[in-house]
Amino acid sequence: MSTDTILRLGLLGAPNCGKTSLFNALTGGRAKVANYPGATVEFSKGFYTTKDDRKIELIDLPGIYGDCGHSADERVTLDFIHGRLDGEQAPDAIMVVMDAAHIRTHLHNVLQAKNYGLPMIVVLNMMDMAARDGVEIDLAALEKEIGVPVVSCVAVRAKGRSSIVEALDAWTVKIAAGKAEKPTAEGEDLQHIQKKARKITKRTVHTSGAQNTSSKIDNIVLHPVLGLFILTAIMFIMFQAVYAWSGPAMDIIEAGTGAFGSYASAFLSDGWLKSLIVDGIIAGVGSVIVFLPQILILFAFILALEASGYMTRAAFLVDSAMAKVGLNGRAFIPLLSSFACAIPGIMAARTIENEKDRITTILIAPLMTCSARLPVYIIVIGAFIPATKVGIFGLQGLVMFGLYIAGIVFALLAALVLKKTLTKGATPPLLLEMPSYKLPSLKDYLLGLWQRAMIFMTRAGRIILPASIIVWFLSTYPNNNGVIRDSYAGMLGRVLEPVLAPIGFNLEMAIALIPAMAAREIAVSTLSIVYNVQDADGQSVMIEQALAADWTLPMALAFLAWFVFAPQCLSTLAVARRETNSWKWALVMFGYLFALAYVSSGITYWLALWAGL
Amino acid sequence: MTTQIKLADMAKNVPAKITGFCADTPHTEIRLREIGFAEGDVVEITHIGLFGGSPLNIRLHGTSIAMRPQEAGMIRVIPVQSPEG
Repeated sequence: MSTDTILRLGLLGAPNCGKTSLFNALTGGRAKVANYPGATVEFSKGFYTTKDDRKIELIDLPGIYGDCGHSADERVTLDFIHGRLDGEQAPDAIMVVMDAAHIRTHLHNVLQAKNYGLPMIVVLNMMDMAARDGVEIDLAALEKEIGVPVVSCVAVRAKGRSSIVEALDAWTVKIAAGKAEKPTAEGEDLQHIQKKARKITKRTVHTSGAQNTSSKIDNIVLHPVLGLFILTAIMFIMFQAVYAWSGPAMDIIEAGTGAFGSYASAFLSDGWLKSLIVDGIIAGVGSVIVFLPQILILFAFILALEASGYMTRAAFLVDSAMAKVGLNGRAFIPLLSSFACAIPGIMAARTIENEKDRITTILIAPLMTCSARLPVYIIVIGAFIPATKVGIFGLQGLVMFGLYIAGIVFALLAALVLKKTLTKGATPPLLLEMPSYKLPSLKDYLLGLWQRAMIFMTRAGRIILPASIIVWFLSTYPNNNGVIRDSYAGMLGRVLEPVLAPIGFNLEMAIALIPAMAAREIAVSTLSIVYNVQDADGQSVMIEQALAADWTLPMALAFLAWFVFAPQCLSTLAVARRETNSWKWALVMFGYLFALAYVSSGITYWLALWAGL
Repeated sequence: MTTQIKLADMAKNVPAKITGFCADTPHTEIRLREIGFAEGDVVEITHIGLFGGSPLNIRLHGTSIAMRPQEAGMIRVIPVQSPEG
């Protein structure tokens, strides 16, 4: 190998052994890290610089248990290792990462990796956790038995990485010089490899008999009754917190945008520019960024659950419900990710090996309420549901909890119907390894929150800002008389009006649904703009007050019911098309969600009218 | 004389030693092996779901693996009488 080509190292290992943590630590990357198997479904690349200033390319790969490639994410890894991916050469060498605490169940995966015929180094990650669980490993003996270099490591701590950094520096020099040895293949017989692995661990690994911390926690968390109670309580507290904790921060942002709006309207003379800035940009973007605190509170919970190892326990607790509707046990994690956004959720479905189950999971993922719908819920709930208490719980938080539950229930029902019709097949198996519980590293946790904040603010700038300007233009012209019905937006809305009138939607609601296809929160910014344009006095109108004045309660409830299904998200449909490689499934998704949204809104509206609300 | 039974039929918290597999397909057997089950390993059902006895949480060398009785039925075991096995 010539000296100017960059050495390429693939990071290989069982799911959830900490490959991505190590990758991030070595490359300074910020790939998503979580404590559940299958968090990485795509490969990512980064550069690591050795002490003597050589650049090394690291490739983080989805975790694999063996070399069969059962699911799409596993096949990416194997194709990469074998150099079968388009435009990607096979790596020069592999770093095989292993969770030290689970060495006895994972060692055969390491032995299997010797079959790839690439120079390899074994990284025993999370040595601190292994020590906590009373697992002692004789590194020198292990290295001799496996026949390749073995280093210990705590990827998330700088001190814990010192040995791997040293070993990497020396090892990569050897590889570059073509002097690194290739391991001897272990053969294809899995049973034989397992036997050998067991023999090796018997000689090199010692465990003190004490019950490990994770199983002590599991005795409470997985308890059939107590466990379900804890899961419900966590979700409950999450939605109560979104309301209870966000107040002061929201007030500050609201006051800020309000002051900015008044300042702008005082500073600018009347005319189109003032209208664009006050009624368009400030009303539009301002109405959405005010939700930053809520989004962050929601993610504060989600990230903590992801990092702690609780996600797979939640999957365990709800598995019997999943089995009843014919869903794969693995479907739970993609569905949970969809609470952030359906797009990563749909991609996470790659870990499901059965194609029909994967498609079923993709089709129901949008029914999990994504964080972009949070602003819509909060605005409408804030305008129509009184902030009273029911027992110790706030009514608004209860309604929101109910909307999330409605999404989940309809997702299960949809899966049941799909599995009996379009995606018929046998009940798929469940095999899910439970990770050890971990206290999330504060730095990773805060970084995760920061990333979510940036994603939210970037969306506000890149999508909501241009959308606000377009919506402002469409709702102001051609007449510029403050009558929405006469504007371009009104003309568009009037086309939809006869279709949406039977389910209680007025013109403004109809208008809001169209641009919301680009991003759900645009429903809020659009409503804010159309009510601001209609308001003659040039001051900023608080959207909640405008809605409370213009809508009836049945209308508001129908609008909420619509957003439980919210079929209108273009990026979700595009990803569904890409992941299923067919327009058919994307159209099925759009069609059934639209039908559910329409019928449910209608039923909600007429029931509420009938009940005299 | 102990006869081998399905892991799914074991009582909770009783250790048992794996004697073999009887998976519905060779593919499933590979999956079970790859995630870590092998002949001679001692396993134990530690948790059982609330509804219909599913899913099961199986402890294997300090690792926990969740599965449904369907999969646990494909692992053959004999109960371990003494801690030595």
